[in-house]
Amino acid sequence: MSQPFRTHSGGRIDRNKQLTFQFDGEELTGVEGDTLASALLANGRHLVGRSFKYHRPRGILTAGSEEPNALVGIYRKGDQTPNLRATQVELYDGLKAISQNRFPSLDFDVGAVNDLLSPLFPAGFYYKTFMWPRAFWDRVYEPIIRAAAGLGKPPINPDHDTYGNLYAHCDVLVIGSGPAGLAAALAAAETGARVILCDEQSEFGGSLLSESDATIDGKSATEWVEDSIRSLSAKDNVTLLPRTTAFGYFAQNFVSLAERVTEHMADPDPALPRERLWQVRAKEVVIAAGAIERPMVFPENDRPGIMLADAGRTYLNRYGVKVGDNVLVATACDTAWQAAFDLADRGVDIAAIADMREKPSEALLSVAHARGIRVETGCVITGTQGRKRVSGALLGRVTSGGVTSAGEVTCDALLMSGGWTPTVSLYSQSRGKVVWDDTLGTFVPGAPVQNERSAGACAGVYGLSATLEAGYNAGEQAAKAATGKTAKLARAEANGADAGNGGILGALPHDRNASKVKAFVDYQNDVTAKDVKLAVREGMHSIEHIKRYTTTGMATDQGRLSNLNALQIASTSLGKPLTDVGLTTFRQPYTPTTFGVFANVSRGDFFDPVRRTPSHDWVVENDGVFEDVGQWKRTWYFPINGEDMHAAVARECETVRKSVGLFDASTLGKIEVVGPDAAEFLERMYTNPWKKLGVGRCRYGLLLNEAGFIIDDGVIGRLAEDRFHVTTTTGGAAHVFATMEDYLQTEWPDLNVWITSTTEQYAVCAVQGPKAREVIAPFVEGIDLSPDAFPHMSVATGTFCGVPCRLMRISFTGELGFEVNIPRRHGKMVWETLAKEIEKHDGTVYGTETMHVLRAEKGYIIVGQETDGTVTPHDVGMSWAIGKNKFDFVGKRGLQRPDLVAEGRKQLVGLLTKDPKVVLEEGAQVTKLANPPAGTSAEGHVTSSYHSSVLGRSIALAMVKGGRDLMGKTLHVPMPSGAIEVEVTDTIFVDKEGGRVNG
Amino acid sequence: MLLIYCPYCEVERPELEFRCGGEAHIARPTDPSTQSDEQWADFLYMRTNTKGIYAERWRHIHGCGRFFNALRETVGDKFLKVYKTGEPKPDLDAIAKEASR
Amino acid sequence: MVDQVTADLYVPDAGEEPLLAISSVSILRAAPVSRLSFRCRDDARAAAGKAFGVALPAKPLSAETTSDRIAFWLGPDEWMLIAPESDLEAVSAKLEAALESHPTSLVDVSHRQEAILVSGDRAVWLLNTGIPIDLDVSAFPVGSVTRTVFHKAPVMVWRTGEDSFVVEAWVSFMDYVAGLLVQSAGELSAA
Ligand SMILES: [Zn+2]
Repeated sequence: MSQPFRTHSGGRIDRNKQLTFQFDGEELTGVEGDTLASALLANGRHLVGRSFKYHRPRGILTAGSEEPNALVGIYRKGDQTPNLRATQVELYDGLKAISQNRFPSLDFDVGAVNDLLSPLFPAGFYYKTFMWPRAFWDRVYEPIIRAAAGLGKPPINPDHDTYGNLYAHCDVLVIGSGPAGLAAALAAAETGARVILCDEQSEFGGSLLSESDATIDGKSATEWVEDSIRSLSAKDNVTLLPRTTAFGYFAQNFVSLAERVTEHMADPDPALPRERLWQVRAKEVVIAAGAIERPMVFPENDRPGIMLADAGRTYLNRYGVKVGDNVLVATACDTAWQAAFDLADRGVDIAAIADMREKPSEALLSVAHARGIRVETGCVITGTQGRKRVSGALLGRVTSGGVTSAGEVTCDALLMSGGWTPTVSLYSQSRGKVVWDDTLGTFVPGAPVQNERSAGACAGVYGLSATLEAGYNAGEQAAKAATGKTAKLARAEANGADAGNGGILGALPHDRNASKVKAFVDYQNDVTAKDVKLAVREGMHSIEHIKRYTTTGMATDQGRLSNLNALQIASTSLGKPLTDVGLTTFRQPYTPTTFGVFANVSRGDFFDPVRRTPSHDWVVENDGVFEDVGQWKRTWYFPINGEDMHAAVARECETVRKSVGLFDASTLGKIEVVGPDAAEFLERMYTNPWKKLGVGRCRYGLLLNEAGFIIDDGVIGRLAEDRFHVTTTTGGAAHVFATMEDYLQTEWPDLNVWITSTTEQYAVCAVQGPKAREVIAPFVEGIDLSPDAFPHMSVATGTFCGVPCRLMRISFTGELGFEVNIPRRHGKMVWETLAKEIEKHDGTVYGTETMHVLRAEKGYIIVGQETDGTVTPHDVGMSWAIGKNKFDFVGKRGLQRPDLVAEGRKQLVGLLTKDPKVVLEEGAQVTKLANPPAGTSAEGHVTSSYHSSVLGRSIALAMVKGGRDLMGKTLHVPMPSGAIEVEVTDTIFVDKEGGRVNG
Repeated sequence: MLLIYCPYCEVERPELEFRCGGEAHIARPTDPSTQSDEQWADFLYMRTNTKGIYAERWRHIHGCGRFFNALRETVGDKFLKVYKTGEPKPDLDAIAKEASR
Repeated sequence: MVDQVTADLYVPDAGEEPLLAISSVSILRAAPVSRLSFRCRDDARAAAGKAFGVALPAKPLSAETTSDRIAFWLGPDEWMLIAPESDLEAVSAKLEAALESHPTSLVDVSHRQEAILVSGDRAVWLLNTGIPIDLDVSAFPVGSVTRTVFHKAPVMVWRTGEDSFVVEAWVSFMDYVAGLLVQSAGELSAA
């Protein structure tokens, strides 16, 4: 075994399973059960990164998700994922990791010059330095700052992996599986309640995995964990989720979890998602998130080798790794002593225990004495030495007059403990308000706001027995609240792992030159005690301002490590009690969460539903080109013999006008309006009159909103006295349906009429052109197609190719036209039949582009193209569509509003360019002068513009102020290359008399 | 994501199944032609947008399809009561008192 | 509580390959059926049930079934009536004749929707990859029917057994629904 700092026995690792990994290209080994952090430490590697601002060498500080320093990139599948915490990265064979935020290398980083120039980088540095001149911010300062700063590099390639999603419901969600969480899960599960237990770590047990001599029910802590998990996993009502972080706590106990499914695997099955989003709705939640240790704020507290005491203990007991050979322990809290004792028992030299308290407990002193450990009381660290690894520390004696030097100590690691901070992040996310606990000297959860309980260390309850008890109680109460059921679970008895007492907040006193030393508060953001003090001096009095000015607490741990220390420093500087300075709010996500988790399945082909029509496969086989219309794939045009779009559309248009064309209109919205009051309902909804429309007849309908503006249109056919077939635009289908339901249910519930969406019941083949009747005739049965029996705007039912059909004689091209509505499953057959048939008549299939050109040649509007939600029927010259004698319809009163009847509204007109070859740009502005002075308002804008192959010239529609009074006048369309002269015309370019539809 | 009780389906369902339809109890005038421009503008555009308890229309669009009314407390974003379309607007003060208990 | 309901009308489409067939879950396309969207006020409900051959349930989210008829409650005045494909005209005619004196709406939507049959130990798990409601049998008992969403698509779900479901979607959404179900089921056969 080549890992010099690995112990010979103990820990949750398998020394027989050696794993090889790379860190910055160097090949190292670890063992199964290691994290990347523990494996690096086993190899004696503390230096793992450079700090954000000063590029100072940094080491591993913690053993958990709050790690601020050891951020690494992990290579996989040819790309790297940045900013993973080495303390959470599970080691696997072949893992490739890189350090970040260093150039050119971790050992030699040119950015470290920032450290020497640090007087130039005080709090608020960015705000002060780069504000002037303003334009420099975007072009000069920001790009440079971004290049030099930042954590990690984003991946280059699209993500290869898949991500899963699962909606889950439970009676009790337990977050965290330390003693409190495990006890809660056991107690809740016993009642039969549906329980989910999640933990962000790879293994359940939390702090119990790092215990040395505590026992529960006479078993070692880890044996008890294993037994508990075994009993939980045997229950059908329990879901166990390791490697799963509860990152968001939302309203009504909606909690989101991120499960890392394959991150720990050397060679995961590609069928597995990389991560999974769990969207959990829990009747009750037990938060058992534990507590984390606070760093001590002393000068140079950031050298590699300086680590939280409990992390040192975890690396020893859980991972079998000694953090050094000669370890100095600095503390204000009892628990760090246990770390020293455990290390001493494993043969590590303890350079000293420096406790800043005058009188630590006699019990601790006697244990230390028995082990021959040097103890300094009333003693703080006033500085450290060593560049890439701590090599020694300065001790200072705290006296009433200040701090006096107490000599130096050499060491190769320094464990510190400023006491414990309950993890209240999720409680805070649940909108709970934390309260200050004077005895504990920390914030703890206040009253629950949701159906939630905080149990154990996260609620300020310490000591194994008390924590277990709190967990059992919380689990029982939660299950009872959720299900009403109770069960008596024998409670385990615990020995050892007593409550940790003591702790310190804020910067420690020292005898150094305060303006020269750096004592870090927020490691990840490189914020020092001095920065916080400076922020206060410069007028920041609220913690929210101090946070943003200094960026303290804005790192990925959201200040879980730093907040209380920063708050205490600010409080001292302000001379105000800490509780008056306030605590910033913890927000989602609890720890950084990947975009993959949020997007989960919504990517690629499944980003949004892709809706296809019955002709789709035929179109694919025949090289049609699709365009997206909302969620629909519609055929745009059908190029043949290598035509480009322009040529294909020109041919399609000419063919439709000359012989016949086939178009898939299946996407149009269809609504069946049925009931005795059907005509009355349509009368109230649409501008047009409906009561007198005969059965078998169709009418164009215009739908407004109450303000009087056009929102949709379509042809409506009367199938029976009490049954109408309503069509809507493709994009408007859902909205029109919802609007109708709204009026029916909430305004006119007395009407006996119901609406049913039939959009997808029917496939629609539009056959348009002079030969349309000849094309369909061979397939129609039961309908007399002769012009007299079945004139323009007729509807009838019969059969088509032997299947039931609704045949409408309508036209959106100005040509003789039919729309064949076929029950959807027969749509493909009918389309293929018609596609073959039109060939016999020299016809063509055509797409949406040709449809657009043909209707523009006739001056037919498209809602959403000519209209934009501010256009009335009068504006587009469709006053004829308004029933003159109607009592009321949606929008009737709106149309009378003063601004809608005022002169000078934009009106729909045609535009012909003087040069017939020039095609205007849709959206272009229309002006009176060719070169209007700056600030001149436009007279209008181009709404539709095409090359008309039938006319051999361009055509356009436009909305122009008072347009109908400008016929024959010349206007201009200014473009970057010069203004284009246009003549105002009416809107009909082809067949002005309109005789062709009767063909 | 909120849970909303549908008074027709008689179950709580996730917000994903619902659409908000704006303020409730704004009846469309039976004869709009008698409305002055000011009255009509009020009907079209003016909403109380209450900070506190607000009566809203909701539609269980991906469920039973029914519109219903709900009292939602807009500061805490909490549903206090749902009731069927056509039922009278509850006494908001009484509801507020109940909610504050 | 029933553990199985009569769902004889929903049979696998013999002409189709299974969309998914692994030991823990299968997804099969269902053969065509007649679907009629029926709307009426309360007073016509009994007559409609009589004419249709199975009562129209008044209980929310429930279904009434026989071997060749199903009436799904979809809303307080809305039912989906299911019958064999070949019975469409007969059923429509019978209902229309029986309800002449009542205002009602009967609309053929047989082709609007398609059904898939999702069944197996992991059926609930699989559906919950995209359906946000609680499908535990305590919350959604056998026989329950509801409209809801599957990711971004509206669907109708009917539970025919503890581990078996009928999922209907509008035809153009079925590629999305079935495609995502199959993709999400991928991990069930992972090593
Ligand atoms: Zn509902």
